[in-house]
Amino acid sequence: MGTKEVIITVESIKPKFFEKLIQNILKLTAGTTILVLFLIFFFLLKEGYGIFSYVSLRDFILGTQWLPETTPPKFGALPLIKGSLYVTVGATLIAVPIGISVAVFLAEAAPPMLREVLKAVIELLAGIPSVVYGFLGLTILAPFIKELFNLSSALCAFTASIVLALMSLPTIVSISEDVLTTVPKEYREASLALGATKWETTLKIVIPAARTGLIAAAMLGIGRAIGETMAVLMVAGNAVMLPHSFFDPVRTITANIAAEMGETVHGGLHYQALFGLGIVLFVITFIINFLTNILAADKLGMKRGRYL
Amino acid sequence: MGFRKTCLRKLLAAALLVGVLFMMGGCGGNEEEKASSSNEEKEYSGNLQVNGSTTVAPIAQAWAEEFMKKYPESKIVVTGTGSGDGIAALINGTADIAMASREMKEEEKKQFKGEKPKEFFIGTDALSVIVHPKNPIKSLTLEQLKDIYTGKITNWKELGGNDAEIIVYSRDSSSGTYEFFKEFVLEGEEYTPDARRAPSNSAVVQSVAQEENAIGYIGLSFLNENVKGLALSINGKELVEPSFETAASGKYPLVRKLYMYTVGDPEGLAKAFLEFGLSKDGQEIVKKVGYIPAVE
Repeated sequence: MGTKEVIITVESIKPKFFEKLIQNILKLTAGTTILVLFLIFFFLLKEGYGIFSYVSLRDFILGTQWLPETTPPKFGALPLIKGSLYVTVGATLIAVPIGISVAVFLAEAAPPMLREVLKAVIELLAGIPSVVYGFLGLTILAPFIKELFNLSSALCAFTASIVLALMSLPTIVSISEDVLTTVPKEYREASLALGATKWETTLKIVIPAARTGLIAAAMLGIGRAIGETMAVLMVAGNAVMLPHSFFDPVRTITANIAAEMGETVHGGLHYQALFGLGIVLFVITFIINFLTNILAADKLGMKRGRYL
Repeated sequence: MGFRKTCLRKLLAAALLVGVLFMMGGCGGNEEEKASSSNEEKEYSGNLQVNGSTTVAPIAQAWAEEFMKKYPESKIVVTGTGSGDGIAALINGTADIAMASREMKEEEKKQFKGEKPKEFFIGTDALSVIVHPKNPIKSLTLEQLKDIYTGKITNWKELGGNDAEIIVYSRDSSSGTYEFFKEFVLEGEEYTPDARRAPSNSAVVQSVAQEENAIGYIGLSFLNENVKGLALSINGKELVEPSFETAASGKYPLVRKLYMYTVGDPEGLAKAFLEFGLSKDGQEIVKKVGYIPAVE
């Protein structure tokens, strides 16, 4: 693409050399990304594998007691894993329907001016530091939820889910809207020409056509939610117990790593256990990404989804 | 077209963000200036990292302020994250002085590769058990307190209070207060898993002030009018209100010693800082920020 124009304006040898150079630079950058990923995984394994000679993998994942300070210390991560899952599932259930609805409104129904303003504002939301979300959750949302549901304490998985949902909304809305606007105009025109209403076209043509991209958007939102630390640490209640309902206080994997990393000695058992948690988290996000790829791998997805 | 649009959008978003930042900057500007001006002069390589207990941090902070007034070339950074954190930082070599609201454990001492740690007793703190001001409960025995924190008692009704579930606040496991409470009140037993872990003394105060059925424990100096400190009794003896007088006289049961640790004998700035802290002036400061001095 465009090579011909370049040849006309610049001397004939230079473009080839120049293109090669750019190509190699890009290859190098791409290679570095992959290398960094592998190094991260390698480092996680190196620092964390030691814990599995102290507790078996099974006991680490299914154990229900996380007591790093007792003698002998116990490292059962199930309360933390379940805590992370509760909070993430809650956030997903709230954020995905709202996020996609907003995106559909922006892409299909909103007047152009309003769309520009709203998109800018939503993208701004993504720039707010997570600790600010946590702070607002703690001082404004928590008292409100406490009143609303008549709870004795509002610092629980539910409140954390709402805060996380708010935080992952910009990601979901922004990507979904991009995906919806890339659905070819011809699809809409054909549908409208056949007598379908605007609503029918949106629901039965545009959304199915953009399905894989929307799934990818949702998954990226989930990724944002599961990896969030600071806000959850502030509003989730922080009890290392097995949660039974959304109104139980929970502690997530990330929050636990953040809260306990400072007190560990490099290379110690507790340190290794926290890296073990890091491996678990890595595997969970890996599975989510993997599922996204599978779900987004049909024909349309090959066209659009993979660019996300 | 599309590209230009997203560009425009991004620009708009960036402009908004910058605007907001400016507004926030306007509010917080003064403090930042103050902070940087006090940190400016540092010709003399006086840089001291003090890390550890959030209970001891107010003492260290007050010492550091006085000390830096006296020696403006020195720079002392006090970080309060928990006794375990401070000791780990001392072992890892990222702190010069560790603050702790408990004694260093044998296992921790073993982890020092080279020189052994040196202990400085700097003051005493009383622990106050707090509830919401509206809670009708006014006192507890240590046995009741233990039952609450191990999960045997879960409703205020069982203690003669309202029919409501007890929301138990504990501290993070890195906290010296957490360890002391576990040793002294729980007699080594485990906390109930329902206990919520708060990252600092002030976080406990904040949570208990907001929740009518909560209970928590804090260093006495953090006690304020938003929460109610409970009177305690030990072994069926008379009830004692938490205060400096009762703690200093030894009547109040929940007291613990506060320490600072260095690797080997302290030198230079660390030495000067600790000497200042243990001097008459330094101990006067301990009293002023709400603790009981180590040396009268």
